[in-house]
Amino acid sequence: MNDTPILRTENLTYIYQKGTSSEVAALQDVSVEIRQGELVGVIGHTGSGKSTLIEHFNALKKGTAGRVLLDGNDIWADKSKIRAVRFRVGVCFQYPEYQLFEETVAKDIAFGPRNMGLPQDEIDRRVKEALTNVGLSEDYAEKSPFDLSGGEKRRVAIAGIMAMEPQVLVLDEPCAGLDPRGRATVLQMIADYRQKTGCTVLLVTHSMEEVAAIADRILVMNQSRVAFFDTVDNVFAHAEELQTMGLDIPQMTQLMLSLREKGYDVPVNLYTVQQVYDTIFARWKGGVHGAQ
Amino acid sequence: MLSDITIGQYYKAQSVVHRMDARMKLILTVLFIVIIFLCKNFFSLAVMFALTAVSILVSRVPFRMFFKSLKPIIPIILITAVLNIFYIDKGTVLFSWWKITVTTGGLSTAFFMAVRIICLIMVSSLLTYTTVPTLLTDAIERLLSPLKVFHISVHTLAMMMTLALRFIPTLIEEVDRITNAQKARGADFESGKFIDRVKAMVPVLIPLFVSAFRRAYELSFAMTCRCYHGGEGRTRMKQMKLSAVDFVALAIFLVALAGVIVLNYFFTALI
Repeated sequence: MNDTPILRTENLTYIYQKGTSSEVAALQDVSVEIRQGELVGVIGHTGSGKSTLIEHFNALKKGTAGRVLLDGNDIWADKSKIRAVRFRVGVCFQYPEYQLFEETVAKDIAFGPRNMGLPQDEIDRRVKEALTNVGLSEDYAEKSPFDLSGGEKRRVAIAGIMAMEPQVLVLDEPCAGLDPRGRATVLQMIADYRQKTGCTVLLVTHSMEEVAAIADRILVMNQSRVAFFDTVDNVFAHAEELQTMGLDIPQMTQLMLSLREKGYDVPVNLYTVQQVYDTIFARWKGGVHGAQ
Repeated sequence: MLSDITIGQYYKAQSVVHRMDARMKLILTVLFIVIIFLCKNFFSLAVMFALTAVSILVSRVPFRMFFKSLKPIIPIILITAVLNIFYIDKGTVLFSWWKITVTTGGLSTAFFMAVRIICLIMVSSLLTYTTVPTLLTDAIERLLSPLKVFHISVHTLAMMMTLALRFIPTLIEEVDRITNAQKARGADFESGKFIDRVKAMVPVLIPLFVSAFRRAYELSFAMTCRCYHGGEGRTRMKQMKLSAVDFVALAIFLVALAGVIVLNYFFTALI
């Protein structure tokens, strides 16, 4: 593994409508390091600055102060290379299905790679691979993207980003508006893609449960600042603070919190049924032994 | 770039002009346009200029807002002014070179025209700055309602206008969102030849149209669900009422009209 973080922000600050009376800080003094190959879950309440932050990662916005470093280099150092940054940090925005525009699925997925100026055979290979990555058969290639179902459109749009083969894949609420099965499919797809390519992934979401299951680390944004940026276990150890930020904590964490309130000495940084089962069962067994 | 559009922009403030009846404001705006075209010399124009200035001051809308709406018109004003300077051959010759002659008559006409256009723009933006778009379309509907005699569905037209105005900010937001999404896929809107730039808009325009149609369907369903069936038998939540302010304003405009006619009569016509 490489030691320099793939993405790094230094005291990044962004102020909307600077210089007017309606000045609003969307980001304040954000310094984070994203390591090569990790999966980071980005969570935060609406308006916490998480979407603004990811727009900085691919240079759609330029910080009012501070820097963004990709592989150790300031992305704004050479303005002519901004597009190259966007190919290396692939961002898939919320409800990406609304950005589809081509006649066929294949052509739409090829939009990114074509902008990169790749040769046709490479584009074809990437389109094929991207379709496989999102679990769509090759029959879809020649269909019109407007004839697909909502979930399929979403997957085609994500494939359009994957086809650029970015080093960092950023997904903003990829599961928003999907049914539980659709959510599970998309999350599995992302996990598989990461396994296969070793790509660094940033997953922006509202749902703690989603992120807890697959993330290595969690970045919690609150009121335009970084609240926590740590491993899943360590972040959930602050369960109460997360709740005061208006975030939904996983059901199991909530259960542990209530147990603790009742006076039981249990850890709160548990978030899966299995973990809770193991802990309580071990405790219970221990208790029985003690009584005998 | 798109946020510069000032059409249908309402500027919230507490003023007499804001409180006036939208119908009266609309009538007075039209009246203003008529009067300013009646002006024949600088004296009558001065009256209208004063009227514009007073209306703006009373409205409490800051001057920079008017400058903003004037900005896109500046080239047009300059072109008309330049054309007037070169084409009108009246009065003493100030400057002559090859086929170009500049006369005092040309200069004063150019100035006259420029002031006239500026007053026109200012007053019509005053209308949109001080009137909420829905009230404005409502006023148009009521003023045009006599057209029903000719089987023109004034209500439908007014509803379409209201909806169009309502969706301008939504569509602007949508354009920004789609543009960002396509930029993230490496779309390049800033460089290349003119044709390339036009072509680069396709990935933005198609999703924009698709979503506009989607919104239109959703809106029409929502309207149908609430039993919308056109203007027939539809009552209003807000009744429009003329108040003293409206009549005072009307009186002032009528005095201005009389003044312009008198001044036109007593002084020589410039144009």
